[in-house]
Amino acid sequence: MSAADAIAEAPNVATPLPKRRPLFAAILFVLIALLPLAVTFGLPAHWMTLVTRAMIFAIAALSLDLILGVGGLVSFGHAAFIGIGAYATGILITEGRPEALLILPVILIACAIFGAITGAVSLRTRGVAFIMITLAFGQMAFFLAQALSAYGGDDGLTLPERSTVLGYDLFANRTRFFYVVLAALAGCYGLVSMIVASRFGRVLRASRENATRVTVTGFDVGRVRLIAYVISGMIAGLSGFFLANQTEFVSPAFMSWQRSGELIFMVVLGGTGSLHGAIVGAIAFLFAEDVLASWTEHWKAIFGPLIVLFVLFTRGGIVGILGKLAGRRDG
Amino acid sequence: MTTSLLIVQILNGLQLGILLFLVAAGLTLVFGVMDFINLAHGVQYMLGAYLAVTFVSLTGSFMLGLVLALAAALAFGLVLEFLVFRHLYERDHLDQVLATFGLILLLNQGVKIVWGAAPLSVPVPEFLSGSVRLMDGILYPTYRFALIGAGLAVGGLLWFIVEKTRTGMLLRAGASNAPMVSALGVDIRKLFMIVFAFGTMLAGFAGAMAAPILSVEPGMGDTVLILAFVVIVVGGIGSIRGAFVGALIVGLVDTLGRSFMNDLLRLFMSAPSARATGAALSSMLIYLVMAVVLFVRPEGLLPSKGRT
Amino acid sequence: MAEPVLTLDGVRKSFGALKVTDGVSLAVAPGELHALIGPNGAGKTTLVHQISGMLRPDTGTIRFRGADITALPPEKRARAGLARTFQITSTIASLSVLENVALSVQARATQPLALFRNAARDERLNGPAWKAVEAVGLAERAHVPAGRLSHGEKRALEIAMALTLEPAAILLDEPLAGVGREEGERLIALLKSLKGRYAMLLVEHDMEAVFALADTVSVLVYGRVIASGDPAVVRADPAVREAYLGEEG
Repeated sequence: MSAADAIAEAPNVATPLPKRRPLFAAILFVLIALLPLAVTFGLPAHWMTLVTRAMIFAIAALSLDLILGVGGLVSFGHAAFIGIGAYATGILITEGRPEALLILPVILIACAIFGAITGAVSLRTRGVAFIMITLAFGQMAFFLAQALSAYGGDDGLTLPERSTVLGYDLFANRTRFFYVVLAALAGCYGLVSMIVASRFGRVLRASRENATRVTVTGFDVGRVRLIAYVISGMIAGLSGFFLANQTEFVSPAFMSWQRSGELIFMVVLGGTGSLHGAIVGAIAFLFAEDVLASWTEHWKAIFGPLIVLFVLFTRGGIVGILGKLAGRRDG
Repeated sequence: MTTSLLIVQILNGLQLGILLFLVAAGLTLVFGVMDFINLAHGVQYMLGAYLAVTFVSLTGSFMLGLVLALAAALAFGLVLEFLVFRHLYERDHLDQVLATFGLILLLNQGVKIVWGAAPLSVPVPEFLSGSVRLMDGILYPTYRFALIGAGLAVGGLLWFIVEKTRTGMLLRAGASNAPMVSALGVDIRKLFMIVFAFGTMLAGFAGAMAAPILSVEPGMGDTVLILAFVVIVVGGIGSIRGAFVGALIVGLVDTLGRSFMNDLLRLFMSAPSARATGAALSSMLIYLVMAVVLFVRPEGLLPSKGRT
Repeated sequence: MAEPVLTLDGVRKSFGALKVTDGVSLAVAPGELHALIGPNGAGKTTLVHQISGMLRPDTGTIRFRGADITALPPEKRARAGLARTFQITSTIASLSVLENVALSVQARATQPLALFRNAARDERLNGPAWKAVEAVGLAERAHVPAGRLSHGEKRALEIAMALTLEPAAILLDEPLAGVGREEGERLIALLKSLKGRYAMLLVEHDMEAVFALADTVSVLVYGRVIASGDPAVVRADPAVREAYLGEEG
């Protein structure tokens, strides 16, 4: 749903989200930061692992929201960037180079190159074709990983150790790793928020609504979208770095097309274009998955219909619903 | 690289191309006419295969099983249309992608629940078993020939309907300008239903025909779906002719790439590195072809007229 | 006479067998308001699309400020100082009036795509944007999303966006279409106030407005210019009266 529709549907409700966004996000980050404390007071211990994983996916969902929610580009190949980040991490650690300050630049450069090439091709098209092409490129990365027989091929690659930072094993302790990921998530959130509010972000937002207007105003819309696509890919690569470190394992499944679909659902579940919605969506998604999977091995048979129902019957995602509730209370 | 191997691989590529065409044809029509992106189309292919497994073993006859499987796949497709798709035509692509993605999760898992996770198969029908001798030393299975023949026949029929009949004319018009067709007083909903049912049948048919030569397993539709996307993008959205050409290109490039890439690379490099590079390169080949086509012609090779 | 800002020379465009623009040549001098009139389907909007770069002519050349821009993409033409408005108003519905204009200011700024600086609080954008918003009489509506403006207000906003590009020429595609009488008069007054400062190519159906505003009138019929010149002369031209103004009697 475009913002124009939202206005048409609710002519008297000003959208309060942008102003409240920093507050909402701050509360969210504080709540997350208190989790290790809550676990010592009796919350299930596996929530630590679960929330860490959720935060890692939140980084990827956040980056996807930049192009999907803000830019209006439905990319169905976003998991490829996670995969590139994870494989770069896995391969370098296997080769005896666990230093994060080496791995991270490699990831950022690799994702930027992959994003620039695939983006330059896929952004030549619109709508349905863009969805299909990004999906196809994602699949290409998947098959490439499968063909990497030196690094596990189809079976994946088990990491001998986690990354180090300046030689210090910062990620070895679970709580420490938790806070590192939280800091990374908060940093990415701040970065993406700044980009959205910037001159560049304004052009990106405007292009989603009316590319023609933006073009005749003098902006190269294709270039703006490509830059956003590359930035988004680089941030997703970062989440791959953390994912590889958390699971100590890397496999082609990291970049399967279902994973890309799940990322889209996280963004929509939370509420597209709001940024903090992507974080909420990722957390809600992983908790739902965790609960359903504890009930039955066939949890996807429940989860699938839930997605369908969610799409058919809700608008605006969790954040939108919360916003409406808050708006009603205020009014 | 011998001539006989080359011929066999070209036939294999042709056969993959035909299967992809059957899946892509329905998908591209649905995109073209309804601007609806249906990820669950690949599931119809999978269901066609599973239903063929069940009905062939129940009836003991391949042909009867095939007909029943097609009817059941069609009925299932129409139920999905009624319950879900119908409510998505007016939505944006993002909603369509997500809802049909949810259906894939459900149906892939549902198939596991009903038929189990292990791969199944359908025996090749008696009257099509055996091989045809092409030339000295080259035998090719009769069933695969039958598949290519059946696919070409369906393709011809489709071409006839789309190019020569009134319904086909409306389809082509609808693919380029749906509001105009609607203004002509044609019930666009009914047209959608026909297109959808048709596409569903084609995908189910492809799945059922593939059942005797491929392993029938959950998720088999996903791979085909993504290849069908490549086909459509290469051929041009909404274009049946484009889907046909795109399908043959993808089928042949993929099959020949996988069989001959190693030999080709060994001309330049050592055997182990040729094997590693060849495996990587051949699995990426069709996507590279797609990228090149798109870079040169973003609208695809044979875009349907009127779409820009 | 001064060197024209915008020159079209033998511009042709066909869609299939249909010649929508059939060898159009015309020139707009600096500060001139050049009106382009013609019956429906004469190819006026198609011509504006070709000048602004959204369509590429099949043959012919378009020159702007002395340079051949025939092959230039629309964003580069805009940056060169060629602004336009649309027959169906085209603004960014969810952005406020001020933000819409600031977007336009931004296009001319030294760093149009700065990645990190907050744009909404950027005085270098908002300052000029305010001036333009006030100039077109939208100051009171500055913080309203463009999607909620009345039709005439959207027209005014489009003009404000065009003005902030500091253009050498403005293409106005039927700015009065669908606008009520009162708002129409306000828009005509606005256009009058711009006269002499910008070269303008005005496509319009409202004859009263055209003859009140234009320095030069060109008449386009079936993709061809059948008459061009002083409004009074064009009005008296028998061919024009027959082809187009006949119904006025």
